[in-house]
Parts: sequence; C-alpha cells; structure tokens
Amino acid sequence: MSGMLLEIENLHTHFLTRAGVVQAVNGVSFTLARGEILGLVGESGSGKTVTGFSILGLIDPPGRIVEGSVRLDGLELTSLDQEGLRQVRGKRISMVFQDPMMTLNPVLSIGEQMLLAVRAHERITRRAGLERAAAVLTRVGIPEAATRLSAYPHQFSGGMRQRVAIAIALLHRPEVIIADEPTTALDVSIQAQILHEVRELARESGTALIWISHDLATVSSLADRLIVMYAGRVVEQGPVAEVLSDPRHPYTDGLLASLPANARPGEVLRQIPGNTPSLLDLPEGCAFAPRCARASTICATAPQLTHSGPRSWRCHHPLGAGA
Amino acid sequence: MLGFVIGRCLQALVVMLVMSLVVFTGVYAIGNPLDILIPPEAPQDIREATIARFGLDRPIWEQYLYFLLNVLQGDFGRSFIYNMPVLTLILSRLPATLELALAAVLGATLIGVPLGIYAGYRPTSVAARLIMGLSILGFSVPTFWVGLILILAFAVSLGWLPAGGRGPTVLLFGVPWSFTSLEGLSHLLLPALNLSLFKLAMMIRLARAGTREIILTDTVKFARAAGISEATILRRHVLKLISIPIVTVFGLEFGSTLAFAVVTETIFSWPGLGKLIIDSITSLDRPVMVAYLILIAALFVTINLLVDISYAALDPRLRGGRGA
Amino acid sequence: MSGFMEQLRAFWVEFRESGIAVAALFVIALILVLALLAPVIAPQDPYDLTGLSLRDARRPPGHVGSAGYMHLLGTDAQGRDLFSAILYGLRISIQMGLAAGLAALLLGASVGLAAAYFGGRFETFAMRIVDLQLSFPAILLALILVALLGQGKAQLIAALVAAQYAYFARTAYGAAKAERRKDYIEAAVATPLSDKRILFRHLLPNCMPPLIVVATVQIANSIALEATLSFLGLGLPVTEPSLGMLISNGFQYMMSGRYWISVYPGVALIILIVAINLVGDQIRDQFNPRLRR
Repeated sequence: MSGMLLEIENLHTHFLTRAGVVQAVNGVSFTLARGEILGLVGESGSGKTVTGFSILGLIDPPGRIVEGSVRLDGLELTSLDQEGLRQVRGKRISMVFQDPMMTLNPVLSIGEQMLLAVRAHERITRRAGLERAAAVLTRVGIPEAATRLSAYPHQFSGGMRQRVAIAIALLHRPEVIIADEPTTALDVSIQAQILHEVRELARESGTALIWISHDLATVSSLADRLIVMYAGRVVEQGPVAEVLSDPRHPYTDGLLASLPANARPGEVLRQIPGNTPSLLDLPEGCAFAPRCARASTICATAPQLTHSGPRSWRCHHPLGAGA
Repeated sequence: MLGFVIGRCLQALVVMLVMSLVVFTGVYAIGNPLDILIPPEAPQDIREATIARFGLDRPIWEQYLYFLLNVLQGDFGRSFIYNMPVLTLILSRLPATLELALAAVLGATLIGVPLGIYAGYRPTSVAARLIMGLSILGFSVPTFWVGLILILAFAVSLGWLPAGGRGPTVLLFGVPWSFTSLEGLSHLLLPALNLSLFKLAMMIRLARAGTREIILTDTVKFARAAGISEATILRRHVLKLISIPIVTVFGLEFGSTLAFAVVTETIFSWPGLGKLIIDSITSLDRPVMVAYLILIAALFVTINLLVDISYAALDPRLRGGRGA
Repeated sequence: MSGFMEQLRAFWVEFRESGIAVAALFVIALILVLALLAPVIAPQDPYDLTGLSLRDARRPPGHVGSAGYMHLLGTDAQGRDLFSAILYGLRISIQMGLAAGLAALLLGASVGLAAAYFGGRFETFAMRIVDLQLSFPAILLALILVALLGQGKAQLIAALVAAQYAYFARTAYGAAKAERRKDYIEAAVATPLSDKRILFRHLLPNCMPPLIVVATVQIANSIALEATLSFLGLGLPVTEPSLGMLISNGFQYMMSGRYWISVYPGVALIILIVAINLVGDQIRDQFNPRLRR
C-alpha cells in the first residue's frame, strides 16, 4: 500500500465531556490515491466530519486523537508538532467547510484573507500575493477578480463566498482537498455548478479530493470511490458503481432505498427505522443492529471487516453476492 | 453612510434637548431659581434686576426658552466662588481632565486587550487565572482606595512619584499639557494608573470573552486549516473581530472615565473638572453644577455619536450597499 | 415548590465545586456575623463621643490606651478604637448596600416587567429613560442627587437607588421580553387570567436568575458607591462614621506615615466587596448557558 498518498489506519478520535467519553471516530481505516475522488458518506453523528478534521489535527479540546495513524506520503501527521502541522495545512492538505457564511471573516476583505493564506506558506510581496489571489479567484469562476479583492464577504452571494473558500483551499496547489459538505448550505442550482467545477479543478491539478456529505446522491455523481460511515466506523467501502448497484451492508441499502430517485411514483419513501445511537454508550456488537431487519444474535458481537477485491464491508449478514 | 450619520446627529440633538429639559426642571423649576443665579446675600435691587433679566416672573415654558437661549450662547452665568463666567472656568479645567481620562483609557486598552486575548486563548493556564484575578480585583476594589494605596506606596513610602497636583505644564496649541515633560509625566502616572484600573479590568473581560467565543468559530478553524499561524490568527482575525465591541466600550468608558475622574482628581488634587464639581457641590456653587451637568451630557451624547459612527467604519456589514 | 428546592440543591452542588466561591461565601457569612454582633464584640462604642479621649488619638496598632485595653488596629484622629469603628462601619455599609440594592431591585424589576408586559407608549418611554440613565455613570448621578437632596441615610439610599435601578430594569425587561414571546405566555394572555397572575406566576420567575446575578453585583456596587460618596464627604453625617468616612478621615494623616487609619477600614471594605463579587461571578457562570458543557 506504499503507493498511497494518504493512509489512515485505525483512527480513534474521542471527546472527553462531562457526560462521558464520546467515541466520535472509532477505528477508521482507509486510503486515498493521488488524484482520486473519495466520497465519505454518513448521517450526522456518523463521525465523517470528525474524521476529516482529525486528518489535519484540527480537533479542539475536549476532543483528542487517542489512537491510530494518519500518513501523508509516509509522513506521520499525528505525531507532528503545531508548527509541523501548520506547514501541512493549506499547503499539502486543504479544507473547505460547510457554511461559507461562517468560515470567511466578515471584517476582513477577501484580498486580505487570501493574502494571509498565501503568506502562511510563502514569503511574497503584498502585490505579488494579491496577484496570485486574483488569479486563483478567476480560476474558480469569479469575474473581475482583481477588483473584487477589496470587497467584504457580505458583499458576495453564498455561492460566490464558497468559491472564495475553494480558491483559498487551492492557493498552494495541495495534494489533497477535504471538502466537508461544501454545497449543503447553498441553493440547489448553485450546488450542481460548484460540484462540477470542483471536480474539474481537482482533475486539472491532479488533486485528490475527500468529499464529505450526508447526501448519497450528490456524492455518487462525483466520486470514484465511496466510504459509508455509521456510528464512528466504516461499514462499507468500494468503487461507486459497485456499491450503488450492489450494496453489501444493510445500512447502505437503507440509505439507497430512502433516495427519492429510487422510489416508485406514489410510493412512500422508505426510511431506516430508529435513530443513530448515542456515541456515549455504543452497543458491544454491531452499532446498526438495533435498526437492522437482518439482525440476529450473532450481531451482539462486533463484525470484522470482510474484504473482496476492491470492496470491503463490516457485517455478519451482508446482502447480495457476498452472502 | 451619510444618511446614517445625519440620522444619528438628529437623534443626538433630541437627546440633548431632553437632557436640557430634565436639568432645567431638576435645578431651575424645583428649587428657587434665584438661588442658582445669585448668591443668597445679594441685595434687593440685584434680586429684582435678576428676576427681570431672566424673566422669572414669566410662565415656565418661557423661562425654559430663556434658559435654552442663554445656554446656546454659552452663557451659564457666573460662579459665586471664583467670580468668573462658568464657561470660562470649566473650559480652563477641561484639558487636565481630558488628559487624565485619555491617558487612563488608552493605557487600559493597550494593556488590557492583549492580556484579555491571552486569557481567552489559553483560559486554563496559570497566567490566564492570574489575569482574571487581577480583573476581579480591578472591578471590586473602589477607585478611591486604590488611589490611597498608590500614594502610600509610591509617594509616601518609596518617594518615587509626587503624591498630587499636576506639576508644570507645557503649552501646546494654546492648551496646557502634562505629558510633554518628564516632570509632568511623573505627576500624571499615578492618577492615570488609578483611574485606569477599572477600565483595565473591563477591557480584559471584554477581550477575553470575545476571544473565547471567536476562537471556537469556523472562521478560526478555516484559517487554521489554511495553515495560518496562531499568532497571525490572534493578531489579524481575532483582534479585528473583537475590535468592534472594544471601540464601543472605549468610547462609552471614556465618558464614564471623565465622571470617575471626580474621585481620582480629589485624591490626587488634580486640578480638573472633577475636583471643580466636588468643590462646587460642597460650596453650593450652583451655576457650576448646572453647567457641568449640561456639558457632561453634551459630551456623552457626542461620544455616543462618535462610537456609532466608528462602529459603522469598523464593521463593513453596517455600511450597507453592495460592491466595494 | 419542591421543584424549586431541588433546583436549589442542584445549584448548590455545582456551586460547591468552586473552592474560591465557597470560601467567599464563608467570608461573607463571617462578616455578617461580626457586623451583627458588633455591639457585643467591639471593645468600644465608637458613636459615644463621651467615651473617646484625645489622649488616645492616632495611636498605632497594638497600643494599649487609657481605657486599659489594646487597640488592635490602632486609633483614629478622635481617639476611636479602629477595630470597633470598623465593625460598626461594616454594619452601616451592609445596611446601606442591602437597603439600596433591594430597593433598586424592586423598583427596577417593576419598571422592567411593566414595560415588557404592557408594551406600547409606556414601554418606549420607560425604556428610553432607562437606557439614557445607563449611559450616564452611576457615580455622577448619585453625586448630583446627594448634592440636591442633602445628606442623611434616606437621601443616600434614594440616591443609590436612583443611580442603580436602571440595571435591574434593563435586565428584567430583557428577560421578560424574551419570555413574553414564548407561546405559553401568549396563551396565558389569551385566556382570561388576570394581569397580576401572568406577571407574578409566569414572567417574574423567569426573570429571577439574571436579576439575582445583577443583585449580587449591585449590592457590592452600592457598598462601594456609598463608601466613595462618604469618602468625598457627601455621605452620612460625621457622627456615625461609615467605612468610607473612616478612610477619608485618615487620608490626611497618611502623608505623615499614620497609614492604619485609612488602610484597615479599606481592607475590611475590600474583603467584603471582593467576596460578594466572587460569589456573584460564580452564580453568573452557573446561570450562563453558553459556558455549560
């Protein structure tokens, strides 16, 4: 597996709260190849966002990576100090967040914020830095970028703001961009547009992409490979087409069945019964068992990951060919 | 922006009008206006002349107009004690108080904001706890007592600094100042420190609370994800974001600092407005009291106005309009 | 009211976690007992001018005076035993602080609640005045009122209340206004309940937590303000010296090194104020939902 750009192995990220230990990420492993687009799917609370933040060491107290490793081209990120991590952030791995209203600083101009990001990794004159910023803004589709540098975030629409955030992520041509639900807060028409543009930008520059989303439909139109997370664990992963057409894990199956596109007209959408479990006291065995139609007594013990070619799943009673 | 400024100016005007009405009814209408206008021992003919001059035999609303007209012309009457026009008296004392208050608020901001940011950034560190302890003390301990202790320590015991007075002043633009000479500075230091402690505590709290909130936002997380260093995040992102409430408080506190100067000036015999008002209260020099009230009110209104405007200048969202 | 007792219990359990706050509470209790028992503990009645001797004036701490007992904290310019004077001074400070603080609470909460409940012109008018007053420093207002009303306990309390009620009014108004928008009050207004019932059963209880926080702070502020006014010579009559006046009287002797006349009453004052503020801080943190984990 040494050819992999990013290797995440047995990652555990826990939050030590007053109420107890929240096991947000509980033994997650996956890899990312150069230029690959990976979709990370799960409901809120499945640990997908925390996984993204853990890669960059952006977990705030009381959260902590308690176990596991994150290697970027062989470089162990979990053992880097603050300065070492800082040099990776924005330079080799960038992030785009969910809500562009919250991420850009409302009282600094766009140019100023981009200049700060440029200067985080390069000694460069103000003038040259602003030119760089304008060039990248043009690349993400912002017209008259040079004159827009002096504008403030509130003078941009939501979609434009997210483009600015993407431009900041692209500034240093990183090897990986982690996008955490970057289109969820936007209008539907803008969503598709940005989705398309980000894919093109990633392909163009050979950047690998981890696209985190709760929306299976969006991700499947974009990604090469899918990872489905549930209660802090990876429950299924594999190439998009195979996972969609032939899911192994009952949870993936449930997610697919609840998509409007898969419903017959006039039929009520199928929902997965029950709620996501509390991460405070996870059941011993399979976390999905209480909501699963196929659950049996064996599900009280934790299922191991089963591998089959490019695919793997974590279930005692998988669906389809793997059964 | 212009419409905003004009609107605020009109509001300020209304508030001033209301204040003048309150002061008028409070001091002129409730008490005997003659007590305010002339000394009680004044002979009968002067009494009658004054009654005629100020129209005290006229209906009340007409009297208010007279009062307003005089004030607008800068005529607040004469001080009984100093026997000079009140306005001249007050203007001669104003620079000393302004200098003191400015030194105090500026010092409190320059020291308090960095301390507060640090305390908010590392809230559990020992230094942060010390800083917060300092701020609780600054809030709790009455100004006058701190003043006493400062005098006891630095003037009486150590003998490093003078215990009171303003010392020699240097004329700058026709106004006397202390801060331009070393001797003057040594007189300014203790009173300014005394006056600034409460503001320092306030600035620390404000900066700490703001930093604690901002440091948890996605704005900071996004900046971190872009590889921006912690120092730059604090210096550029956090400082800029907390500067809005801080400028507000700076302005508002400048006003209340002028008021608190009453105590500090009394302790350090600082020849400013505060000492003047205390002297005029104890000696019942009512024209001075009235003038002081109106001017302080005017000052407050002006400060509020300036704060509102600088608020808009700092927060691009308030300026309104699209496009830069 | 068992729900209330349970809340109080839960509150105390959390309060106990802060060692500093518990210590401060203990100090307050101790000061209250000392002040209450002042006539029993104090070796001298500082108000009885016939018991004072100028021979004992301005003696340092530890001096054994003509009455045969030791002046623990020294004596003042009239020959008063400072320890006794401080105990009696604390009594006055606490009296004034509590009286002014509680009266301001009553007045302010009434104004704020009424403004929030009745709305309309009254609301606009009342809150405008409150806001105007809030932007005006309390000390200045108190100063002017004392100057206009003259000296004496009642006048001083009136000045303190007038200077401080606005904080309570603002707080009660804010809390009540937020509460007023909630559905159940709308429902209560729609059903034929009396105004009194809605005000006292629904609005008031929900304003209580923030009001309690403001009250602790304002009682401390009242005490400090009273001391400041007394120090400036605008407080209580000289025959019953409060802590502020003791400090003021000692000020002129400080330059000649007789520090104790000013310093010890000041220390007593500050211990009291800091203790109240520490307790107030803890209560504020406990009521602040944003700091909850």
